[in-house]
Amino acid sequence: MNIDSWIQWFQSAVAFGTVIMFGCCGEILTEKSGNLNLGIPGTMYMGGIASLAGAFFYENACAKAGITPNPLLCILVAFLCAFAAGAFGGLIYSFLTTTLRANQNVTGLTLTIFGAGLANFFGGSLNKLAGGVGQISISATSDAFRTTLPFATTWGSIGRLLFSYGFLAYFAVAVAVVMAIFLKRSHAGLNLRAVGENPATADAAGINVTKYKYLATCIGCGIAGLGGLYYVVDYTKGTWANDGTIETLGWLAVALVIFTTWKPLNAIWGSYLFGMLYWMYLYTELFGFTLSRSSQPIFKMLPYIATMLVLILTSIRKKRENQPPANLGLPYFREER
Amino acid sequence: MEQSSAIRLENVTKTFGSVVANKDICLDIKRGEILSLLGENGSGKTTLMNMLSGIYFPDSGKIYAYGQEVSIRSPKDAFDLHIGMIHQHFKLVDIFTAAENVILGNSNDKKENLRTATARIREICDKYGFDVDPNQKVYNMSVSQKQTLEIVKVLYHGAEVLILDEPTAVLTLQETEKLFKVLRNMKEAGKAIVIITHKLNEVLDISDRVSILRHGEYIGTVNTKDATDLSLTEMMVGKKVSLDIARPVVEKKKPLLEIRDLTIRNDEGNVAIDNVNFYIRGGEILGVAGIAGCGQKELCEAIAGLRKIENGKMIHQGEDISAMSPKQITEKGISMSFIPEDRLGMGLAPSLSITDNMLLKTYSEGKSPFVDRKRGRNEAEKIIEDLDVVTPSTETPVRRLSGGNVQKVLLGREIKSGPNVIITAYPVRGLDINSSYLIYDILNQQKQNDVGILFIGEDLDVMLSLCDKIMVLCHGKVMGIVNAENTSKEELGLMMTGAINLMEARTTDEKKPGIAKDSNIKEGNHE
Amino acid sequence: MSNLQTKTREPFLRIVKRDGMKAWQSWGIRGIALLVALIICALFVYTITELNPLSVYGSMAKGAFGTTRRMWITFQDTAILLCVALGLAPAFKMKFWNIGAEGQILVGGIATAACMIYFGEILPPWLTILIMVLTSAGAGALWGLIPALFKTKWNTNETLFTLMMNYIAIQLTAFFVAKWENPIGSNSVGVINPDSKGGWLPEIGTNPRVSPYILPVTIVLALTVFMFFYLKNTKHGYEISIVGDSENTARYAGMNVKKIVLRTMLISGGICGLAGFINVSGACHTISEGVSGGRGFTAIIVAWLAKFNAFVMIFVSLLLVFLEKGASQIASDYGLNNEASEIMKGIILFFVLGSEFFINYRLIFRKK
Repeated sequence: MNIDSWIQWFQSAVAFGTVIMFGCCGEILTEKSGNLNLGIPGTMYMGGIASLAGAFFYENACAKAGITPNPLLCILVAFLCAFAAGAFGGLIYSFLTTTLRANQNVTGLTLTIFGAGLANFFGGSLNKLAGGVGQISISATSDAFRTTLPFATTWGSIGRLLFSYGFLAYFAVAVAVVMAIFLKRSHAGLNLRAVGENPATADAAGINVTKYKYLATCIGCGIAGLGGLYYVVDYTKGTWANDGTIETLGWLAVALVIFTTWKPLNAIWGSYLFGMLYWMYLYTELFGFTLSRSSQPIFKMLPYIATMLVLILTSIRKKRENQPPANLGLPYFREER
Repeated sequence: MEQSSAIRLENVTKTFGSVVANKDICLDIKRGEILSLLGENGSGKTTLMNMLSGIYFPDSGKIYAYGQEVSIRSPKDAFDLHIGMIHQHFKLVDIFTAAENVILGNSNDKKENLRTATARIREICDKYGFDVDPNQKVYNMSVSQKQTLEIVKVLYHGAEVLILDEPTAVLTLQETEKLFKVLRNMKEAGKAIVIITHKLNEVLDISDRVSILRHGEYIGTVNTKDATDLSLTEMMVGKKVSLDIARPVVEKKKPLLEIRDLTIRNDEGNVAIDNVNFYIRGGEILGVAGIAGCGQKELCEAIAGLRKIENGKMIHQGEDISAMSPKQITEKGISMSFIPEDRLGMGLAPSLSITDNMLLKTYSEGKSPFVDRKRGRNEAEKIIEDLDVVTPSTETPVRRLSGGNVQKVLLGREIKSGPNVIITAYPVRGLDINSSYLIYDILNQQKQNDVGILFIGEDLDVMLSLCDKIMVLCHGKVMGIVNAENTSKEELGLMMTGAINLMEARTTDEKKPGIAKDSNIKEGNHE
Repeated sequence: MSNLQTKTREPFLRIVKRDGMKAWQSWGIRGIALLVALIICALFVYTITELNPLSVYGSMAKGAFGTTRRMWITFQDTAILLCVALGLAPAFKMKFWNIGAEGQILVGGIATAACMIYFGEILPPWLTILIMVLTSAGAGALWGLIPALFKTKWNTNETLFTLMMNYIAIQLTAFFVAKWENPIGSNSVGVINPDSKGGWLPEIGTNPRVSPYILPVTIVLALTVFMFFYLKNTKHGYEISIVGDSENTARYAGMNVKKIVLRTMLISGGICGLAGFINVSGACHTISEGVSGGRGFTAIIVAWLAKFNAFVMIFVSLLLVFLEKGASQIASDYGLNNEASEIMKGIILFFVLGSEFFINYRLIFRKK
């Protein structure tokens, strides 16, 4: 009985954590280039709506033609749409902040407003724009994404705990691992970190600062877009709700970046921990007490409080390796005197 | 044997807004030689070299590398042309290790990795006798270690042309000699080396030829063996050598500011000023000489109340100011103006108007909750008129003024408050000769009004003719306080590098140097 | 060195910093950016609805100003957004990145709602309102003070800290909504004191289409005038601009930078808290997460685009509210959803942000 609750809790934490792990990894990559992108919620929105629209039009076309949608194509269409839309958000951000040197915070916030507007507009109007086909649902795509490994049902608790997720959940972990290796071990990763730390030095070393900033931001935003994809196809099982959840998750992803002290490997356990903390209010009976509905929100504060504590602690300890990239949030202009 | 040309500049011009930094410069840098680029601060040496390293792009003119015309659009281009530059402000990533900093950038060697790089760095260190730990983080390194790392970096990448921007400014004598040995080795290996400096002894010591810039213009090139420090100075500053700065004689007054046993730490927690004693009388200019980073900045900040002191006393007219706030110290009549390298960092708010900057130290006077802009405007108008500040209006942001005018505004404001002690660091940094003389005149005028002045300067010639006494610092310690009339540039130079220590030589004297006979401090309190 | 041949060309495009620009020129550039953005927005609307963009803008104007009541609601919403921007301006001018207005509005709103619920029908109206003003401003100020304390003490990053404070405030709001739920099970507080109107901002005049809106608009206009002169002419304002421009210089001038930062954040948070009060007591008469409704973020953009000039902020916030109202009109006219306004807002902001580049830099093309 108890063990079932624990497993359920963990499963919902993984679903929750996967969304923000994508967002967090994308933002880490972006911030490593010195760009503080507060547009992550917006790019996640854009990724989400693009995957929904892509899958929707594909499934609709299949339905008109009278054929069953191909699961692989479903996955491919939604995946590419999400990544491309996220990267497009990153491109807008990069153009404004890197090329036109606009203020990063303001541009990021604008991107969030824009992305949220775009997503909720099309999320609400897709149905009408497509000629009123009824409730939007992309069940075929959602099913394809949510296909689990066979062990999920046969291996009992272990199967449910570890194998009961769609492939994107594992993909997120893979992204975090690959990114950690990229940043720590590869030459390009070293160059990227130099750009975020000290662009003038990177520039003098012959690194194309603009190119690195653009690429890191666009790929980072593309990855964040996958968070939106996971939210649409798995978390809400292929529908659209204008309830602002993505935005909440997006800001949590930004918070998680601080929590991980800019290290992707920490994002893996950090995001699940955030998920556990976020859903804790539903599982307090595991600790022998139940919450009244009004005290639930107090528990929902936990991830944010944890992040604030990490933020405060790292600023007190001032360990060099745990600080944000030194040039985070600042523009770079070579001829600045 | 005729040496082949590595880099040739033809009529290169660069402007920043309305400021002409370089005008029609022609320069020839040859393989297997060391070329000194000599000029006063602000003469455009660094700007010129930054165009070779790809930081700036020239407005007009041609650059030839190894005989072919090139255009260096970015540091990457410079890198591909094997031009390496060691900037005055090191281009290092603090949280990286030495090895990581070295391999930064786009290497053409695909097999390169941290391990092979570490091995090669060790190899280079062995060859030249450097002491660099490839795995040490840069933020744990000393200044000279950082510079060594910069040189290793350039050697690692196999530069053919090496440019060093004021490399000795932060080095001790021994470190400088070691650096010069390395440079001579590199010269033997056929590399072309440019060293930017304004220290004549070094120029004469290390270089084969000297090219001189003055106010952004190319003056000429001479062979070092045909040059003397006098001939070079003449070329550097123009015909009118800075020896006729007036030194009005003023009657001796009681000590105004007395510093006893002062010890200060810098931001990194190292001792910046080490047990220093000195005093300033009214009507006297005390010069402070020393290589960059020997504690001048910390000393200024401490006297102005901006930096906590570790130990010692600062007595102003018999009253201890060491625990006072900056505001209280200002009210005592002590004015500090520090001109940092970017000129605007401390003392002025760059985006605010001249009017607003006038009010910086007086805005809080009076009970009214409002700022008295009218007063600020009047003061601004007065300074603009008195000191000939070139500006469109009193409401122009200070950032848009040229360097000399910025300094006039700063110094003008400080003087108008009628201080009795002026502490001024590098007041003529980056100014042309005329503006510099104007500043000297202002200081002399103040001296004649019985103000005590602490003048932290760079140019020894100027200090010798302007100051009454000169105190020399080396690594935070006083090497000696000498009468400007009884000393020479050579002596000062040796003291700056720590080669002579007059304090040690004179410990047997009756009078302890730096402590006035007619001190305001009663010996009773002193213990 | 084999590729030297290709390198003899000047870069196609170079960027050079401008020396400065006349005020009318820079506002002209921003105006052009706005115009281009409106054209893009029109194209966007056209592709979606295939309607004449001009008639769409006409329909937007109808939505925002079509009737007396609509016009006054537009003014009231402008006032609330403007109020938040006024609160943010001093913080941003000081280069303190207070993106926590969202939270500061909410705690101000919570304090106001609490007063309405507990005192609204007991105490005399003037006393209730006075307590509401004090507690809401106090709550907002506290919310602004906390990140400032950590910033001054340990240099904790305020951008991220204030962001976190927003979410704590949102959950706090949810907590109180559940606590004050009315009727039970509705998951909302509902209109507080609907009959007695205890704790509601008083209406001015008798015209029901105008009277409820006069007081909120007047309060904010007064605040606008105050903030304009506070930033421009007072000693406090002077200190804020010095700290924002160069902290070293501020220390040098003998300013107590910590004190200035703390004081400014108290004011900044306090005014944002007041915005919560105006919205709860003067407009929606209830408490929910919608009391802030993203205004904390939008207001940053208002303050930034207006270059912290309080009077310019009036027009920027009016423009943004106009878009919002107009877009919901389009939405209902053409059966779309009103999020279109967010997209248009985004497009306009992108263009105006981008236009700053042309004010600060100059482009030099390769000479032929």
